[in-house]
Amino acid sequence: MTRLSLGKWLLPVYSALALLFLMIPIAYTFVFSFNDSLKSNITWRGFTLDKWLNVCAVQNGAVCEAFGNSLLIGAVSTVLATTLGTMIAIALVRYRFKFRAGTSLLLFLPMATPEVVLGAGLAAQFLSLGVPKDMLTIILAHTMFCISFVVVTVKARVAGLDPALEEAGRDLYGSPAQVFARITFPLLLPGILAAALLSFALSFDDFIITNFNSGAVTTFPKYIYISASRGIPAEANVIASAVFILALVIVVTAQVSAAARAKRQARLG
Amino acid sequence: MAFAAFASTAAPPTDAPPRRRSPVALLLLLPGILYLVLFFLAPLVSLVLTSLQAPSEFGDIGQYSYAFRWENYVVVIEQYWPHILRSFGYALTATVLALLFSYPLAYFIGVTTRRWPLLQSLMLVLVIAPFFISFLLRTLAWKQILSDESFLVTSLKAVSLLAPDAHLTGTAFSVIFGLTYNFIPFMTLPLYTTLERLDLRYLEAGNDLYASPVQVFRKVTIPLSMPGIVAGTLLTFIPAAGDYINASRDFLGGADTQMIGNVIEANFLVLLNYPAAAALSIILMTVILVIVGVYVKRSGTEELL
Repeated sequence: MTRLSLGKWLLPVYSALALLFLMIPIAYTFVFSFNDSLKSNITWRGFTLDKWLNVCAVQNGAVCEAFGNSLLIGAVSTVLATTLGTMIAIALVRYRFKFRAGTSLLLFLPMATPEVVLGAGLAAQFLSLGVPKDMLTIILAHTMFCISFVVVTVKARVAGLDPALEEAGRDLYGSPAQVFARITFPLLLPGILAAALLSFALSFDDFIITNFNSGAVTTFPKYIYISASRGIPAEANVIASAVFILALVIVVTAQVSAAARAKRQARLG
Repeated sequence: MAFAAFASTAAPPTDAPPRRRSPVALLLLLPGILYLVLFFLAPLVSLVLTSLQAPSEFGDIGQYSYAFRWENYVVVIEQYWPHILRSFGYALTATVLALLFSYPLAYFIGVTTRRWPLLQSLMLVLVIAPFFISFLLRTLAWKQILSDESFLVTSLKAVSLLAPDAHLTGTAFSVIFGLTYNFIPFMTLPLYTTLERLDLRYLEAGNDLYASPVQVFRKVTIPLSMPGIVAGTLLTFIPAAGDYINASRDFLGGADTQMIGNVIEANFLVLLNYPAAAALSIILMTVILVIVGVYVKRSGTEELL
């Protein structure tokens, strides 16, 4: 009896401990955003809200500038990658064309290539073409590695779309543009939004590819990398914690609304 | 955050047979495909060309001209073979550890908590939560937690579990630890996706045929979760083998733990030895593609590609 109940509790207890373990560095980063630290943020010197209230005060706003760059790069590459990737996803599911296997391979390879190779490759190309490295080269690089992830995410949504709905639109004399705008796009929107969020997250947190193609431009991860040897100010923890909370709110809201939608649909039969 | 994509990588092919042939397809495909040709394929080609370059005769450091110096490969392999071996050793160890860590967790979330969808989605959010905080900051957090002055290390030394002069950071242990931690969500999510779809009646059938729980696990559960295992190990192994954050000296690594990524970074961005960096990148990519190909073929999960 005791052995049986031990076995029964082993898995839940292990899972709780495992999740707790995953939270350790997150909690550490969050706690140290309240540290009354000086230049580097290693030892605990007392609680303060100061870093949260004056995030941009440190180093003439270097942290905030890097953060702003990351937001801008993330936004532009997300728009580009989501547009290009969604178009490919629709074509892959809906149409028949030559070189299908080649196209799939071209989409799979960027995901199977280590980031350091993607970064060095682009940097070698920009070098041989004499393109100076700045914000634009970072955006070009981020768009490239986000496209495949957008395709994978949106493809699942297109595949789950009932073609009868679009046929109904055409039967009712909707032009192709009307059918797309009124039927296809709204139905794909959740998938497209998920893909855009994923792209933004990938771009925002990317360091390896950025490091090879950024020149003098500093993004948020690059700022942390550069500062790592001389100490990271607590303000970086503030920004990372704020982003964490925001992302958590978005994901939990999405989960709850999806659950509510499923319930509503179940009720409708 | 990458969970959505990885979850669907593990999904069975859902493509309905494509119906129409239309010029629209070309219009939809062309911009994106052209983009990938220009910014993914062309860079790989220029990486190959760069890897064969020779130093310019009268040039300064960082000046190279096109040549066919395949000796570059021999030179980097001779100089950096320990880094190459170490990268794959570390990545393999981290992948195995992440699998051992993730499987029970993914099983609990995917199978045990099926009856409580809210708990299930809450636990999934916690699994992907590390993605929401900066990769570099969470690695630095571990560096502080494992540092010599930290509470953890001083306590371990106080109870003699750790020698007084031992270090945790800057060692192979801390680099593998960091790689394992950072890529655990990439392992847990695909495992969860397959285990969530696992038909429990197969396990009951095994029980009814007098198989022990261990036999059921080995002969039924593991084979049925193979697509998740393959996707998870690849998604962990590939980024781990090319990573250079964890092994960097400012993070969890030391002088003796440098991986191939560190060497590529140093050669490209510091030493301006572009041919060496390019040759090492090509070696890394080739080895990974060969491993992925053989592994996927042997585990019989080609449809994942």
